[in-house]
Formats: sequence, structure tokens, C-alpha cells
Amino acid sequence: MSIRLIDVHKAFGEKQVLTGFSLDIEEGQTLSIIGGSGVGKSVALKHVVGLLEPDSGEVWVDGRNVSVLSQEELYELRRDVGYVFQFAALFDSMTVNDNVGMGLKRIPGWTPARISARVEECLHLVDLDGYGDRFPAELSGGQRKRAGLARAIATEPKYLLYDEPTTGLDPVTTAVIDQLIVRMRSELGVTGVVITHDMDSAFRISDRIAMLYDGRIRFEGTPDEVRGTQDRVVRGFIEGRPDLLEVAS
Amino acid sequence: MRISLLRPVEAVGQAVLSAVAAVGRAGQLGLGAVRALRKGSIWGPHLLPQMAKIGVDSVPIALFIALFTGVVLSLQASYTFTGAIPLYFVGTLVGKTMVLELGPVLTGLALSGRVGANIAAEIGTMRVTEQVDALETLAYDPNAYLVVPRVLAGALMFPMVVLLANGVGVLAGWATSLSLLDMSSQEFLKGLRLFFRSWDVWFSVIKSVSFGITVTSVGCFFGFGTTGGAEGVGRATTRSVVVSSMIILVLDAFWAAVLLK
Repeated sequence: MSIRLIDVHKAFGEKQVLTGFSLDIEEGQTLSIIGGSGVGKSVALKHVVGLLEPDSGEVWVDGRNVSVLSQEELYELRRDVGYVFQFAALFDSMTVNDNVGMGLKRIPGWTPARISARVEECLHLVDLDGYGDRFPAELSGGQRKRAGLARAIATEPKYLLYDEPTTGLDPVTTAVIDQLIVRMRSELGVTGVVITHDMDSAFRISDRIAMLYDGRIRFEGTPDEVRGTQDRVVRGFIEGRPDLLEVAS
Repeated sequence: MRISLLRPVEAVGQAVLSAVAAVGRAGQLGLGAVRALRKGSIWGPHLLPQMAKIGVDSVPIALFIALFTGVVLSLQASYTFTGAIPLYFVGTLVGKTMVLELGPVLTGLALSGRVGANIAAEIGTMRVTEQVDALETLAYDPNAYLVVPRVLAGALMFPMVVLLANGVGVLAGWATSLSLLDMSSQEFLKGLRLFFRSWDVWFSVIKSVSFGITVTSVGCFFGFGTTGGAEGVGRATTRSVVVSSMIILVLDAFWAAVLLK
């Protein structure tokens, strides 16, 4: 298993967000986690890179137990994991070039020329050639997301975590981002975890889909298995029918 | 009935818990910053820009305040002393008050608004837009990247700004004495030298170093603790200014009690 979350519990104050969340993600696969807004999808994802610590349970990435790693070991692990944030989280005060090159500057032995070449290559990969000197405020929402993706892939990570990569984008830009996610897996062999509530997108890009409901995984399967399931909660979600969700709860 | 009686007790309990949690978070931030000192490759490139932003950019407001403080000190001293105390004591009062008290404290309070608010707003915005998380995922220690260069720059640049303000305040007092009080330069300088001790300048420097560390670290603390979007950033900024101003006044009394015995 390349990423494994075992019986993870997480609460913020009185609010229990994850209540026994368990999930395995195979190497080289793209798994989408679906679920309504505010159910804890991003919370689960942040556990994978140690941005959040579980109250109980374990998170394993690449054979390493994230919860017990020292700070330095955690930074070492993060070099293998790219994270695409929901709103890109680009550094406002830096150009796109500097944003994309940030992670590369932390790798020993990388010269400015090598960093510059890699930044150019990543911007080309996400179709942002010529945008390197712009600041994030000068980019559209879709361009910002692509720049965020370029920053995440710059260090050639083994794992890519996408937090709602297509939310708020027009259908064409959504398709472009989806294609990029598929290319990451097919061309670079990257293992991906995608948080989304866009079902069309999830069906297009995923090898497997897991639904988070009530703090834990309610259903997991291939896109075809998800389409054919009789689970009322999953059906209610993918068909956009709140009546089914209410009956189930 | 029982519930309403317990409510104040619960409120006090909650307040105590919040205070203890805040102290814990402050300790964690301080410890993290000290540990991050060894990561010079991360904070090093940001030290000079922060010194310029925190120190050099603060010079105009600090000098503006010092200028008028010097003028007012000189006029008020003359008003108080006339007929009772020799007028050259105006120089003594302007010099002592600027260097020991008003230079560092007024500059510290002004910079808690300019520098502290800026730091809290900047880091707070980074926090709510997940830029701090992004730093973490790119293997940057946020303490090394954000806290250390700001606190070091504050500790190094506040004394510089305060010394400049002290000088301008004294010069303004001198000019006022010459132009508005019919005093001669000899008289003003005689008063200025009368009780001058070089220790006074060191006292001013020590105070301003502590103010610099306070303003910058309080700004970082509230910035990192920001939640809740734009409103949260505004709240963090206000709290940063209020808390750092209060700590400056407490430190002012503390240093006077400890170093001026």
C-alpha cells in the first residue's frame, strides 16, 4: 500500500469530523474521495502530509507512519508528496516562476539554472508558457489552479494530493485540469488522491472512488461499481437527490 | 435556575482555559522559532528585506513623532521651570525624557501599529488562504521562513530607529529652545550634559530591543492563530496592536524597576 489511513479519528473542539476513517490507496492509482461539503474530505487529505495530526489512528505513506515522524523526517516525506490546494495557495508576493521554483530551492544541489529550466518545463506541462513573470493576482482562477499544479509537480513527487482541483471552474478548464491529472498518472506514474464533489470529473479521472459520509468511508469501488451501487447514500449523492440521503440518515 | 448560576463559573473557566491554551501556543511558537534559528538557509535571505521593511520604512513616522515630542517637551519644561528653576534645565529634561522614556516608548507604540499590524495581517492572510500550509508542504518550516527573519529584524532595527528618534527629539527640543524660548545653545547644552550618562543610551537600546521582539513576535503569534477569513484577519490585527501595546507598557515599567534602581 502506498498511502494508508487506519481508523483515523479527528475532532475540532466538540465537532467530530473523522470517526474511524480508513482507506488504502494503491501505488500508481488515482483515487477520488467524494462527499458533501464540510464532511471532512480536506481534513482527511491534510493528515496524509502531516498538516493535521489524528486524535487516534494511523496514517502511513510510503511505509512511514506520518504521526510519529520528526519534523525533519516529515519535511523529507513531503518532498515526495505534491499538494494542490483548493484555491491554489500561491504566494501573493512572488511571481509564478518563484512560486513554482519554491520547492526546488529546498533540494540540495539544484542550481538556479536547473531550477529555472525545471520551472519552465512544469509551466509548459500545465499550458502556462509565458506566464512565469506574472503575479498570482494577474491570473484567472483556472490559471491559478494550473500554476498550483505546476508547483506541486515541480519536485517530481511520487504522490499528488488534489484538494477540489476543479471546483468553481468552467467546463473547459475543468476538462483541461482533468486531463492533466490523468497525464500525471499515465505519463509520470504518480499516485493521486483527489478530493472532489464533481462526479463527472471523478468518473473521468479515477481508478477508484470512495465516498466519505458521517466521518468514515461509506463506499469504495471502481467508477463502474459506484455507478451501479444500490447504496442509498451514494446514489443520493451522485444523482443529486437529497431525499435518498435523508432516508439513509 | 441552577444553570444560570453556573454560567458565570463556566465563563470564568472558559476564559482560564483559553488563556492557558494561548500561553501554550505562544510557548510552542517561541520554541519553534528558537529551533528554527539553525535553519539559516531559509531565514537568511529574508533578513535584510525584513530589516528594510521593519526598520527603514518606519523611520519617517518615528522621526515625525520624535520631532513634535521634542518641541512639546521643550515648551512644557520652560513653562514649568520659569521663575523657579534655571532655564538650562530644559536641556536636561528634554535629553533625559527623550532617551529614557518617550523616544523608546512612543516609537514602540507607533511601530506596534505600523509593524505589528502589518505582520499580523500578512501572516493572517497567508494562514486563511492556506499559504502557510503550502509552505509546509514544500518542506519550508514556517517558523524559519516567517517568524525568525521578522523577530530578528525587529530586535536589530527597533534600537536603530529609537536612537534616531532620540536624536531628532533632542535636536527638535534644542531648536525650539533657541527659537522660541530665548535660550542660547550654551545654556541648552549645559543642561543636556548636566545629568547625561552613557548608561541612559544603553537603557534606551535595551528597552527598544525588547519592544522590537515583542511587537514582531506578537504580530506573528496572532497572525498564525488567524481563523475565519477577512474578519479573522482584522481581529488578529487589532489584537496584535492592543496586546503588543500593553506588553510595551508593562516592559517599560519592568525595565525601569530593574535597571534604574
